[in-house]
Amino acid sequence: MSVAEAFPARRGAASPVVIVCILWLVTMVVVAAGADLIAPTHYTTQDLTARFRPPAFLAGGDLRHLLGTDHLGRDMLSRLVYAVRTSILIAFFGTMIGAFFGTMIGVAAGRLRGPVDLVAMTLTDMQTALPAMFVAITFLAFFGNDIVLFVVMVSLDGWERYARLARGLVVSEQATDYVRAVEQLGARSSRVVFRHLLPNILASLVVQATLNFPQTILLETSLSFLGLGVQPPGTSLGLMLGEGRLHLLNAWWIAVLPGLVIFFTTLAMSLFGDWLRDRLDPTVDPTR
Amino acid sequence: MISFVLRRLLSALPTIFIVVTVSFFLIRVAPGGPFDGESHIDPRILENLKRVYQLDQPLWMQYWLFLKNLAHGDLGPSFFFKDFTVAQLFAVSLPVSMENGAAALALALAFGISLGTVAALRQNHGVDHAVMGVATIGVTIPNFVVGPLLTLIFALGLSWLPAGGWNNGAFANRVLPVVTLALPQMAVIARLTRASLIEALRANHIRTLRALGLPTTTVTLHALRGALLPVVSYLGPAAANLMTGSVVVERIFGIPGVGRYFVDGALSRDYTLVMGTVILISVFVIVFNLIVDILYSFLDPRVRME
Repeated sequence: MSVAEAFPARRGAASPVVIVCILWLVTMVVVAAGADLIAPTHYTTQDLTARFRPPAFLAGGDLRHLLGTDHLGRDMLSRLVYAVRTSILIAFFGTMIGAFFGTMIGVAAGRLRGPVDLVAMTLTDMQTALPAMFVAITFLAFFGNDIVLFVVMVSLDGWERYARLARGLVVSEQATDYVRAVEQLGARSSRVVFRHLLPNILASLVVQATLNFPQTILLETSLSFLGLGVQPPGTSLGLMLGEGRLHLLNAWWIAVLPGLVIFFTTLAMSLFGDWLRDRLDPTVDPTR
Repeated sequence: MISFVLRRLLSALPTIFIVVTVSFFLIRVAPGGPFDGESHIDPRILENLKRVYQLDQPLWMQYWLFLKNLAHGDLGPSFFFKDFTVAQLFAVSLPVSMENGAAALALALAFGISLGTVAALRQNHGVDHAVMGVATIGVTIPNFVVGPLLTLIFALGLSWLPAGGWNNGAFANRVLPVVTLALPQMAVIARLTRASLIEALRANHIRTLRALGLPTTTVTLHALRGALLPVVSYLGPAAANLMTGSVVVERIFGIPGVGRYFVDGALSRDYTLVMGTVILISVFVIVFNLIVDILYSFLDPRVRME
């Protein structure tokens, strides 16, 4: 399928809102990539004589700290920039790992059926019965906090949805004539799966990933907020919010600024995901 | 009907059994134990402690004892909250979490369905766009942002409600946590209701009702019965989401519910409390999904209980 076929122009041309969302997401990626260049200071640099400075646009703020400082006099802008990098990286890898393994398990279950299917479906039932957050809290508390373990835990969120989706798509796609024809021609199973099945079901999985990405950001930030995710002196959006919550009354910006970044990012991603689904999924009525 | 329920419950048993087994062994192979935090402890006292909590037995034996007690409905003593059994802790914390969860779900259903209906009836008008805008924001704004924000406005700014604490479940203390818990679910339900009601209003039997000149209220009620099916099937995931949300919300507002005990228990390697919570949650999710399926078949007679 060519790019032009995958994105027919007549369906849901990008509205101004979607363009703003894409711009915001691109900005976040640029900020994450160029954190070292953008941040005025390192995120751990403290200045105890300049604690609780409000942002520059408020009374009492000054231009040295555009977004103010936190309870240790650390520059909020610098911390936010690095927090965006941490949170986006973790959510990105979390989504990718979850999508990859979920899809593989689903495709294997749909293709091989029999015992593989049974094991895969039991695993997805288990994951449904025990929400990812509880698994993640248990693991992180018992095995100690480690960035690799943390990313793996974040990736647990939603893998069962990819698995179910991929399995269903493979089962229905296998019954189509073109797959039968390829099999009749004697193609190996791996060729059928990777050359023919996967490319045809990929669009739905990509949409699922964009809809799942905000959830992954929320899981990462929730865990960091609870103190089980990224550890100080590191910084992540959830951790900043958790720290700032204690100073809501006298320095609201410490909590509100990372909260806004989380909010805009998840909002932009899910609006983008909705738009993508309308374009790629012919069963969705775009006028709704 | 009864045989359907029994069959579903029986088929859930292996899932719960595997969840229990995997969790049991995984948390036991984790480094550290529940008594590592005790400083300068006499080795003999430690030995006694381990014997009392049966940690001196080989692992497979502990597993067997755990299963045996579980079959008798005994979840064992808590390691961290000494002098309490896990069952006693649940007896205190479960009602708190359940009441908040039920209140949040009721609130989400009432407002979600109403808002979704209004939006569907005024499709593509100002009201519709406003409701959908708020709903999209509600889905994406995390509850640990909403919680502090509501605290800032209603507790610290306006001083209408307490900022946190439980105060034995006084009404004022429940408002903010329940609203925080309900908002995201309300938003999802509003979106689901709107989407399926728009479709239902176009159906032939609804057009007939309109042609007969029935009032809009009657027509809408008829359309809603069919349109609520997606909302009913969302109730399963909604219950799971409410439980996940309660972990954060109970921490923010300092509420002594299951979620808070769970985080404290996990951080202090309270084997039995964590196992108890794991079992509690998976049983709850499975039973709740079963109830949703039964409800669904009542609303839609085409779905048979098989």
